[in-house]
Amino acid sequence: MTDTDRAQRLERVMARHGYSGDSLIEVLHSAQSLYGYLSPKLLALVATKLKLPPSRVVGVATFYHLFALAPKAPHQAMVCMGTACHTAGAPELARVFHDYFPDWQVKVGRCVGCCGLAPMVICDGKPQIRLTPEKLIRQVEDLLQP
Amino acid sequence: MNIEELIETEQQERERQAGLRNRILCCSVAGCTAAAGSAAIRGSIEAAIQEQGLPGEVEVCGTGCLGLCGHAPCVRSANLNETYHDVTAADAPYLVRGDRSRFEGRTVRDTDAFYAGQCRVVLENAGRVDPERVLDYIAAGGYKGLLKVISEMTPFEVVEEIKKSGLRGRGGAGYPTGLKWELVARQESPVKYVICNADEGDPGAFMDRSVLEGDPHRVLEGMAIAAFAVGATQGYIYVRGESPLAVERVRTAIRQAEREGLLGNRVLDHNFQFRIDVRIGAGAYVCGEETALIASIEGQRGTPRPRPPYPPEKGLWGAPTLINNVETFANIAPIIRKGSAWYASMGTAASRGTKVYALAGRIAKPGLVEVPMGTPLRTILFDIAGGVPAGYAFKAAQTGGPAAGCIPAQHLDVPMEYESLQAIGSMIGSGGLIVVDNSVCMVDLARFFMEFCMDESCGKCIPCRAGTVQMHDTLDRIIKGRGSEADLDLLAELAGLMRATSLCGLGMAAPNPVMSTLRHFKDEYLAHIHEHRCLAGSCTPREEVALV
Repeated sequence: MTDTDRAQRLERVMARHGYSGDSLIEVLHSAQSLYGYLSPKLLALVATKLKLPPSRVVGVATFYHLFALAPKAPHQAMVCMGTACHTAGAPELARVFHDYFPDWQVKVGRCVGCCGLAPMVICDGKPQIRLTPEKLIRQVEDLLQP
Repeated sequence: MNIEELIETEQQERERQAGLRNRILCCSVAGCTAAAGSAAIRGSIEAAIQEQGLPGEVEVCGTGCLGLCGHAPCVRSANLNETYHDVTAADAPYLVRGDRSRFEGRTVRDTDAFYAGQCRVVLENAGRVDPERVLDYIAAGGYKGLLKVISEMTPFEVVEEIKKSGLRGRGGAGYPTGLKWELVARQESPVKYVICNADEGDPGAFMDRSVLEGDPHRVLEGMAIAAFAVGATQGYIYVRGESPLAVERVRTAIRQAEREGLLGNRVLDHNFQFRIDVRIGAGAYVCGEETALIASIEGQRGTPRPRPPYPPEKGLWGAPTLINNVETFANIAPIIRKGSAWYASMGTAASRGTKVYALAGRIAKPGLVEVPMGTPLRTILFDIAGGVPAGYAFKAAQTGGPAAGCIPAQHLDVPMEYESLQAIGSMIGSGGLIVVDNSVCMVDLARFFMEFCMDESCGKCIPCRAGTVQMHDTLDRIIKGRGSEADLDLLAELAGLMRATSLCGLGMAAPNPVMSTLRHFKDEYLAHIHEHRCLAGSCTPREEVALV
């Protein structure tokens, strides 16, 4: 997708919501899925189009965990830290990335809701379940195979 | 679709399903699909049906949560009344053939304790209905409740019926649903809203997500009935951004319902208008609080505001607003269909009906179960879910996420209902039940929940913003062996302050796990303080000292 396509799509989303300030969160969701993250330039554009003060737009973008304000790393892991995963050893799984895969961007997630399959980590969008540190190392190495 | 057409459709689809030799239903909620690959298994079953020349005789489809989430993926054979767990693609031909010997040791029959011990109202369609087919829902009696209120009842009668049922809000607080509806119905306003709170953020809770993914039409029908009762024309479902599958299922269901005339300008060809839009949360636990949720729908930071006025008076964009939780709405259609007396016959005097629990942790069958209110915890954990696996000892069950407390072994026979849990310093909360064994340190668990609340505090009011940090640091100090008994008094003081002065439920309830573990497991705190050791053996107190 070219930048022009992205801009057009975002414009269509805002138009569908009638450029209403109430739709800010919806618009930010769309902007992030189009551009990958919310750059300062993008936030300024949204503020202008929705006729909102930039402080309101930045305030909302920084409030919610799911909005990314910096480009994402090539590899992303989300370690579920819900109660079931925590008691089943999730903290050790987070350490695996620190020790073995330092270039991965690791986030802590607050419960994916697959507690029966604890502990779990989502690696590049793929859920890995019933993990041990050793199993996680194997799974990540498999994912990195071309 | 008008009323006659709805009844005719129900008949036709029922007859079509009855004509099949078998229906194979693959659990298609997030745990089984995304994590354990039930979608691929569905494909293999489809292929096996073709290979065995049985298209039109055997059918495969998705369905709601079969409950055995710890042994995903699960598949149900409808005509054999059996559910199989830990299914693989290689099992497909056997499923199609109905070869039961293949599944020895992996079969749970409807007559087995796991299912027979339950009482399924909210989950009645799990294992019967494909969440992506509105016809399936209609064939199972769906939208009959909506039909009944539109064609036979006045809004006043609907509110009365819900009041008589004794249904209480399933989001955690347990406020009587009928009274809430009455408050909104009484307001004189040309615009009113109905909101479904599907921002299920408690760690360890997946009931609402499973209901939305497994039976979305049931929630839409409940919302439509509520809208009819209170006089609203617009509804919103606020779904957690972390549940993309739920968002997709709800959107599909809304599209189907609109196409069939079950939502829209003339619902069931009657003079009743109701539309539903989806709003996706962006990852903020506090948005489960109703005024924060309203702010979020309005496109603002999800911070709560002082109440009163409560949402039934001034809610979304200042209009009277009814907010109920997913499970509450899921109970509405059956209450209308089968009557309030039927619903009130389940449960206890103060807590009627059933409750869905999400079981996780050290338990033989983690998953989703639904039992009448007042069922003893022991029955749920040991009779239905198979108890704690061999080699481990039950220590406590943590109920309801970071807002609730723990239930230790001596209280295993407590009836699970709002008041009796409060009496022992816990609460039902939204319905998560996490079983912990002797290897889990309760002080560490308390710190875990406090860390969660500290992260998720929206920062608007000081008692919560600063109190969670202070409590967390105090717990951390105790765990690291640098605490004193005065710290326990400090915890109690902070807890009292936060409970009394926080702006919303997050701050008020944040101390609960601490106070509840302190009440039941004070010895663990004292061991950390006086002996610098962890009774569970999971913390390493004085680690800094050891390093020196």
